[in-house]
Formats: sequence, structure tokens, C-alpha cells
Amino acid sequence: MVQAKAPFGVDAPGRASVGKRTLRTDRWWYQPNATAVLLTIWVAYATVRVFWRQYYFAAEYDYLSPFTSPCVSASCAPGSSSLGVWFGTFPVFLPYAIITLVFLLGFRTTCYYYRKAYYRAFARTPSACAVPEPHKRYHGETRFPLIIQNAHRYFFYVAVLISLVNTYDVIHSLFHGIGLGTLIMAANVVLLWAYTLGCHACRHAIGGQLRHFSKHPLRYKMWKGVSKLTNKHMQFTGTTLGTLMFTDWYVWMLSAKVFADPFYIHF
Amino acid sequence: MGYTAHFRVWRGDANGGGLVDYDVEVNPGEVVLDVIHRIQAEQAGDLAVRWNCKAGKCGSCSMEINGYPRLACMTRMSIYRQDEIINVTPMRTFPVIKDLVTDVSFNFEKLLSIPAFAPPPGLQPGEYRMQQEDVERSQEFRKCIECFLCQDVCHVIRDHEENKKQFAGPRMFIRLAELDMHPLDVADREIAAQEDFGLGFCNITKCCTEVCPAGIKITDNAIIPMKERVVDRKYDPLPFWRRRRRVEERASAQ
Repeated sequence: MVQAKAPFGVDAPGRASVGKRTLRTDRWWYQPNATAVLLTIWVAYATVRVFWRQYYFAAEYDYLSPFTSPCVSASCAPGSSSLGVWFGTFPVFLPYAIITLVFLLGFRTTCYYYRKAYYRAFARTPSACAVPEPHKRYHGETRFPLIIQNAHRYFFYVAVLISLVNTYDVIHSLFHGIGLGTLIMAANVVLLWAYTLGCHACRHAIGGQLRHFSKHPLRYKMWKGVSKLTNKHMQFTGTTLGTLMFTDWYVWMLSAKVFADPFYIHF
Repeated sequence: MGYTAHFRVWRGDANGGGLVDYDVEVNPGEVVLDVIHRIQAEQAGDLAVRWNCKAGKCGSCSMEINGYPRLACMTRMSIYRQDEIINVTPMRTFPVIKDLVTDVSFNFEKLLSIPAFAPPPGLQPGEYRMQQEDVERSQEFRKCIECFLCQDVCHVIRDHEENKKQFAGPRMFIRLAELDMHPLDVADREIAAQEDFGLGFCNITKCCTEVCPAGIKITDNAIIPMKERVVDRKYDPLPFWRRRRRVEERASAQ
């Protein structure tokens, strides 16, 4: 005999059951679906670009794509290894920036705002507020694998170093000249810093862990500054995905000589 | 100009019920609670609804309007189209008592299970001294009106009744954060937040912040900082120096 499914969630015994999944009449489905589409496009683009290993360095302008920075393998294009060659030739399946990509991926994946985005868009826990999730059981971040989210601060520490490398790339390109590409790379770096320093792990490390702000006036001031960035963290989360993609695309176009960097002044 | 709105109000009790249709007059400037009261006065004298201040301060008239948790007294009718059907149900995370009134004792039981403010031993009421910058973080959480909309919307208990034993909910997390960030509280709230009140169940989808009528940034200012403090204590093996400093801070507070 087939047993009827026991009601659970909002239809659990004693609760006000309405016989529908949700009574929400607004477009609650739009945001999670749009997020899912945009994140999928971004991941697909980034995957193709990091494994392609071509058109990542515009030698004429000394522009290096952020997806390939730092390029420290002997396989890198001549002139792109401004930080030196640390490793021998990479096999074809290994991205040049493998050492930073792992940490950047970890930083973004464990970021509190990305968690919100992909939990809503992909895991559907939940898709939108007061919309039932499809899962029968839920343990959140209490056990493996999601308990790894607690390592976010370690990825943050490395992300600070990577932001320094990205800053160095812009400064290094300035020795060559200045153009629209320099401005695009600089804008990307400024936004990356705003995203990185607005991270909740940064806010905690700067001052959030303190009980007595009055005993640490400098850290209190820094905490207030970081809190302003944290308030805008969601905007920086999305914007930096766009600027990373656009900066890489711009370097790709210059490198492939689809167009030249306008207004470029050689020093 | 007034108009006639079509309301569907959930009527019933713990044994069952359903949505009942009412056509009711709506006047300019009215809120949903006004219309519910008109239904009660003119068409359904036995309609049960909990309310008190009609000013968004008492947290009594929490319900779900078109499926979204809101205070009925703060929800203007003008945000809905005049031809829109307005569905009104009680909060669907808690057991129904009657019609729009739910049994929210779960929340008060959880609140009672949080140990009260613990000042340093020997410090008497009236002797508390603290700086404004040390207490302002906690003050944000004192704006809570205990409407329990955050508890209602939290999917951890809304969609999983079985989690109610282990998970206290966003309202309790701001209480724990309020105490943990208080400069004179010496009790250990952090390990308890994770192990006794289920902080790890929260996956930061921010619905509690979205629905909070007091505008408290529950996720950013309470839950995430508490999660980071829990990482300090439970998961991060390195910052022993940081842990030592917190112990010293607590000792100096005593």
C-alpha cells in the first residue's frame, strides 16, 4: 500500500494550511532565477578564459588580465611575468594563475553574500522569503561540507595578498604608458579593494571581535570605516564580478588586436 | 476615493480551516488592519485578530499578507492594486489558535532559555559604568518589538518543524548578540549560540532582515558577527592570541 506523504513545513499539523505552495503574488521567482543565470554565465566565461591560456596579456600596453595574475609559470607569454618565474612549464590543463584562482574561488564561495545568492538561486533554501524550500531535511552549516564556510577568514587573508598583486599589475602597467585600459584596470582594482575590505571577516578582524571599543579608539574608527564598506558589500559583490569580466574581456580584445587601446600615451 | 476590495481571510483553528472571501470597503489612507477591523465589525464578528497599538510598536498584528510576513498596521492598502485579491493568513510557522491568531509561545520559551545579563561579580546595579561607543552596537537590537516576523519567515523552522528543538531563530540571535557585545556581560554566549541555540543552521539568506519592521540589520550586525565570534572560539585554530585577549578582557571587566 502506498502511504500518503505526511504534511510538513507550513502544512505541518496545527498550522494554517492553504493548499498552495505560496500565496506570494509578486515576482519572487525573478531574483533567484536571474542570479542563477548570471552566476552560470560568469562561471562559464571565467572557466573558458582561465583554461584557454591565450589572449590574457596585451604586451603592447603591458596589460595583464586579472584572471591570469600573477603569471609566474615558464609557460607565460614573454613580458607577462612581472613578478618573476616561480614555476616551470605548466601542463596544458593547468591555468596560469592556479595558485590565486583556488583562493579567489574559495573567498567568493564562502563570502556571506555569495552564500545568500547561491543558496537562494541553486540550493533553493529558500528561493525567496516565505516560499517553501523543496528539501525534506535541513542541517544548514552545522555539518560537512557546509561547515567549511567557517574558513572564510583564511580565504580573506589570501584575497588581501591577491588584491595587492592586482594593484601591482596596474602600477606596473603605468611604467609602460597610460590609456583607457589602465583606467579600466584601476577601476577594477579599486572595486576589488572595496569588496575585499568590506568583507565581514575583515570587519570582525578589524574591530568586530572587541568588547570595548573605548579601549581601542583607532580600531573603532577603522571598524566604522569598514562597516560603511560592509553596508555596500552586496553591491560590490555583483559589481566586481562585472568589472573582473569586463577587464579580462578588454585585455582579450587588445591582445587579439580586435581594436587598439584608445587615447593610449606611451611613456 | 474609496473602493471595494476583495479579501480572502484564513478562518479556522488548529484542527483546520481555509480562506474565506469578503468584499469590503477600503478608504484612502487605510492600512490592512483597518480593513480587517471593518470585516470584523460588519461581516464576521467572531473573526479573531491580535492587535494593540496600531503604530508598529507593539508587534501584535503580525500576519502574512499575500504570503509575505508583515505587520497589518504598517501595511498600507495603497501598495496593492484595487482589483487585486488580498490573501491574509496567520503566521504559518506557528500553530494556529483561531483565525489570524497564532500561538507564539515557542519564541518566549526560547527567550527564557537564554541566560539573563550577567554583570561582573561584585558590581551592583547603579555602579555600571560604560562608554557610549561600547553599548551602541547592542542598542540597535533593543529596537526589537518582538513581532516575531523574523521567526516566522526563517525557513529553518518554517519549513522544518523538527528543527524547532535545536534552533532558536533570528530573534534569539539578536538577543545573544546584544548580550555578547555588552561591555559588562561576562557570561559565555558564543559557544552556547552554536551548540545550544543552533546558530550553525542559519545560512544567511537574510529574510529575517528583509521582514524586520524595526529595520534591525539582523544578519549583518548580529548573526554574522556572532558566527565570526563562534569561528574564533570553535573552528579557527590559529588566533589563540585573540582568544587569550578576550579572556583577558573579560577578566578585566570582572
